[in-house]
Amino acid sequence: MFDLFGFGHLLLQGTWVTVQLALISLVLGLGFSLLGAAMKLSDFRLLRFAAGVYTTLFRGIPELVVILFIYFGGVVIVNAVARQLGYDRYIDVSAFAAGVAALSLTFGAYGTEILRGAILAVPKGQVEAARACGMTSLTIGWRIVLPQVWRYALPGLGNTFLIILKETALVSVIGLDELMRRTEVAVGYTKQPFTFFLTAALIYLGLTAIVMLVQRKLEQRANRGVIARSAV
Amino acid sequence: MQHRYQLRMGWNEPEKNICFFLYREKQLCQDGALDIQRLGENNKMEHPMAETAASLALDIRGIEKSFGELQVLRGVDLSAKRGDVVSIIGSSGSGKSTFLRCLNLLERPDAGSIRVAGEEVGLRPGKQGLEPTDRRQLRRIRSELGMVFQDFNLWTHFTILQNLIEAPMRVQGLSRAEAIERAEALLDKVGLTDKRDSYPAQLSGGQQQRAAIARALAMEPAALLFDEPTSALDPELVGEVLRVMQLLAEEGCTMIVVTHEMRFAREVSSHVMFFHEGRVEEQGPPEQVFGNPNSERCRQFLSRL
Repeated sequence: MFDLFGFGHLLLQGTWVTVQLALISLVLGLGFSLLGAAMKLSDFRLLRFAAGVYTTLFRGIPELVVILFIYFGGVVIVNAVARQLGYDRYIDVSAFAAGVAALSLTFGAYGTEILRGAILAVPKGQVEAARACGMTSLTIGWRIVLPQVWRYALPGLGNTFLIILKETALVSVIGLDELMRRTEVAVGYTKQPFTFFLTAALIYLGLTAIVMLVQRKLEQRANRGVIARSAV
Repeated sequence: MQHRYQLRMGWNEPEKNICFFLYREKQLCQDGALDIQRLGENNKMEHPMAETAASLALDIRGIEKSFGELQVLRGVDLSAKRGDVVSIIGSSGSGKSTFLRCLNLLERPDAGSIRVAGEEVGLRPGKQGLEPTDRRQLRRIRSELGMVFQDFNLWTHFTILQNLIEAPMRVQGLSRAEAIERAEALLDKVGLTDKRDSYPAQLSGGQQQRAAIARALAMEPAALLFDEPTSALDPELVGEVLRVMQLLAEEGCTMIVVTHEMRFAREVSSHVMFFHEGRVEEQGPPEQVFGNPNSERCRQFLSRL
């Protein structure tokens, strides 16, 4: 059924690459978000400044430019650094790695702002009660603030991840064989643009639908104990 | 380590000054040999003054605090013996809550000294008022001063039981089983055994505040600080919280209570302080403050109620 002029399994392979790209970018991007938010809320001006530069750059430059810059510019930088370290063979940056770097850094820039807002949204009394018990800042952050942050951050993070998932299509321009590129190749061979672009659209739609379902489950979990108020 | 907590379990013992015993034992365990020596010296009563200072659960001197131009506290002293219940009354804006929050440094005073169960809190001038010299000491002092807030501030993502075991496990290093054992005894005491697996939002205000009191008690503190514990409650829920507080007072727990509940202040406390514009305008035993106050302002305040 999913033969599609013999291109069906290639599209599936491409979809798998897209999923990997998106998920790895999500995990790394969440790391960047946490780091960025912590820096933005830190007492040290230099850290706040560095985080400000980061979010300004990656929220201000088109994703396509970021991808091209990291892929083509990144190769130059990596090789220059390698040569300085005495390694004189040519190092190739894979399209996958460049895509992950571009997408996760962009996700991290948006995520930084989302998490910063969410951390500030946790009621002050929650932290005060913990301080009054003699907890360390680290314990308070990990046990009291972070679990409550998701409640405020999940809608925004889910939104951003949907955008990032769709922007994986842009990585096709640097030749990564993900869903979009496989689709274009298939269209080139078969001259069936309607069929293949429709198929790709449906696959992306399916992926985003799954993300939305997962997000709803996570939000329910993050809101446990709080939504109950309306039930009483 | 094991026996230390078993010994400290026992809120229902008839022992009047249980908080006092709890504290001494904690100090022996935490500070090691050096403090055993110090306690030993105090016991010998070589120095009568030292004995008095050590027997005070709280000894606060000259607390001052400004918010910008506004001076909220103009040198407030407080001393409470073990088992004392001190009520702090006064109109809003008189500095009562700010003073209470200075005691565990949730608010940084600009001047003053704080001594909890004989131990002076290390303070030095910083950018915004006095700052602690030793964060570890501050955390230990905080764990010895249980605090109950006006808005309860139970952790919303935890069940009631989790609220009670979190700090004992993370701060005092109790095992989960020990913490649960302690928590269950306290839930029984405040009458919330059936709510142990509920989330705070599923409880009424009065139940939440009783749970918050149990959370503070779970640290087995040397004294409890209450910041207007009944002000956020519907009138019909005030009684259940006051009853728990009265029970604690009868058991000899040291309590500092900022309150608008004059009946509680009059009937339960051993000492009443009336705050006015950042100063203690009138203080003494409740019979004196309520029956025959010296200060005209205190008289006016009480007559307006």
